[in-house]
Amino acid sequence: MDYTIVVENLCKRYGDVQAVDGLSFTVESGEFFGILGPNGAGKTTTMEIIEGLREADSGAVSLLGASPWPRKPSLLIRIGVQLQASSFFELMTAKEQIYTFAEMYGVPTSRADAMLETVGLLDSADTRAEQLSGGQAQRLSIACALVHDPEVVFLDEPTSGLDPQARRNLWDVLRAINDEGRTVVLTTHYMDEAEILCDRVAIVDRGQLLQLGPPAELVRGLDSPVRISIESGLLTVPEAKALADDAEVADDEVSLTIATRSPSTVLATLADRDALRGLQVRGATLEDVFLHLTGREYRE
Amino acid sequence: MTRGIRPLSRAMLRGFLRDRTAVFFTLLFPLMFLVLFGGLFKDQGAPKADIIQIGSVAAFDRMPAEARAGLAGVAEITKSNDIADALEKVRKGDADAAVEEQGNKVVVHYSASDPVSAGYVRGLIGSIVEQANIAATGQPPTFTVAATQVEDESLQTIQYITPGLLGWAIATGATFSAALTLVGWRQKRILRRLRLAPITTGDVVGARVGTAVVVAFVQTAVFLGIATLPYFGLKLADAWWMSIPLIICGTLAFLSLGLLIGSLTKTIDAAAAASNLVVLPMAFLSGAFFALDGAPGWLQGLSHVLPLGYLRDGMMDVMVRGEGPLSVLPHMAALLAFGAVVALIASRFFRWDAV
Repeated sequence: MDYTIVVENLCKRYGDVQAVDGLSFTVESGEFFGILGPNGAGKTTTMEIIEGLREADSGAVSLLGASPWPRKPSLLIRIGVQLQASSFFELMTAKEQIYTFAEMYGVPTSRADAMLETVGLLDSADTRAEQLSGGQAQRLSIACALVHDPEVVFLDEPTSGLDPQARRNLWDVLRAINDEGRTVVLTTHYMDEAEILCDRVAIVDRGQLLQLGPPAELVRGLDSPVRISIESGLLTVPEAKALADDAEVADDEVSLTIATRSPSTVLATLADRDALRGLQVRGATLEDVFLHLTGREYRE
Repeated sequence: MTRGIRPLSRAMLRGFLRDRTAVFFTLLFPLMFLVLFGGLFKDQGAPKADIIQIGSVAAFDRMPAEARAGLAGVAEITKSNDIADALEKVRKGDADAAVEEQGNKVVVHYSASDPVSAGYVRGLIGSIVEQANIAATGQPPTFTVAATQVEDESLQTIQYITPGLLGWAIATGATFSAALTLVGWRQKRILRRLRLAPITTGDVVGARVGTAVVVAFVQTAVFLGIATLPYFGLKLADAWWMSIPLIICGTLAFLSLGLLIGSLTKTIDAAAAASNLVVLPMAFLSGAFFALDGAPGWLQGLSHVLPLGYLRDGMMDVMVRGEGPLSVLPHMAALLAFGAVVALIASRFFRWDAV
């Protein structure tokens, strides 16, 4: 197998905090790989070590077959990094920003123009970076990260703070980047995003790997009940409870919800009784896996 | 690889030129002082006395033509017949003295409210009467006094303030640009982004030094261009071109200072405040605004530690005092040594990243 990134037993400590604690995983060539975890889980530190911004205390990292530390320009031209905060030069337009990066990487400006078009920023090319909207700024920073046509792309929470439209829009851009054959490593704490975009995800917390695999596989592994909702009033609660042995029923006057592990029999019976108005069937999501693994719903 | 220098220099220059506050404080603000001081003190020499002559005064009226011409440089004599009006003018300070003749006496009416001009006008009239007495004897004077003012011949106001204010402008420009670029780029994570690009630290430093030197040269060109206008009347000495390498050394010294400030501060506001806190007192203590001749010795000694003192003094030597081209070598060495020491200290505190 052709591995783009190999991380073995990685450790990094800041003072009293063990930011990364024995992390191991591999990323295959052309893969869309997600690193998920709550704030402070060690995602960003792990990315920074792989990118060569920080030195690991112990463990080994191989990026495109070489160690990223100490800093190697020959490796840097093969990777593209989009940082968490949009790092733009002051008082410069979108076009000037990406031209600056193009020149640093020795790339013709025509390529920079093409990237602006790819991320849909041609119309805002002469707008100062400070005046771009959140979504536009993220797209510009992705364009800057891709201007030199890197083989591996690192994206650190690219959609945080964006409105739903801008997020969908950006997902299309990210999917296109991956479809062109690039390996993409993404950190995010949006589970829907990871579920939709990533081939495989690593769920980390406290610097340790909790689970690794394709999102669908992780969800299936959770073996959680399916939640079937219909309009309130179609069935009484006792009637609903009788539909399956394990059925747990709740009625909040708007919807009647049945949680069960045998959804097919329940759905068949509801269909027979013509009680499917307002039907919604919800299986477990990656978010359920995540909360199941990391436990707490809220932390700062 | 040095391909980072060009795009980074361009980014820095754009950042500077589009920042109106930066352009104002590094160029227009010091220039305002130059125009203000240069215009205000342009004709500053010996004070001119305003004297009102009431009626006829023999000692004044019989003055020979050449003595009268000499007097025109130091006193303005107007004639009047209205005693009350003349005395009122003296009382109000519109005139320095009123003179009348009472028999053989020349009476000088003056106001004691301005002791300097009162003393000056008394001495002046005394000497006019003295000359009239000598002339009355028909004998040539045994002793004469020829007075020439030393300051006027060597340094005019514009000659003194141009190197000082230019030095201040260069110090402001270089210190602020280094400190603010470092903090701003670190805060906005541009430094971190640059570490991920295939460029070297040398590219970043080279671009910063290059653009700062260009800005310093623009400041110099504008300052000298305006100061040498006939209105201000600055005349550059032969070896003025030696101020070019001197200014490069000065820029390097202040860039190090800015680098140190930028390494020790975390926010743009703190960096700007700290730069002000360093540059402004330094400008005063280095005599950038006014001469330190009257200051106590220890204060004057302090100006020999401050880099702006060396820059100002060196520029004064080659631009104004007419010293040889080699006279600024010690100044250049001092500036480079200061820069090297401060840069070394700064490198100990330097951080690429805010966290």
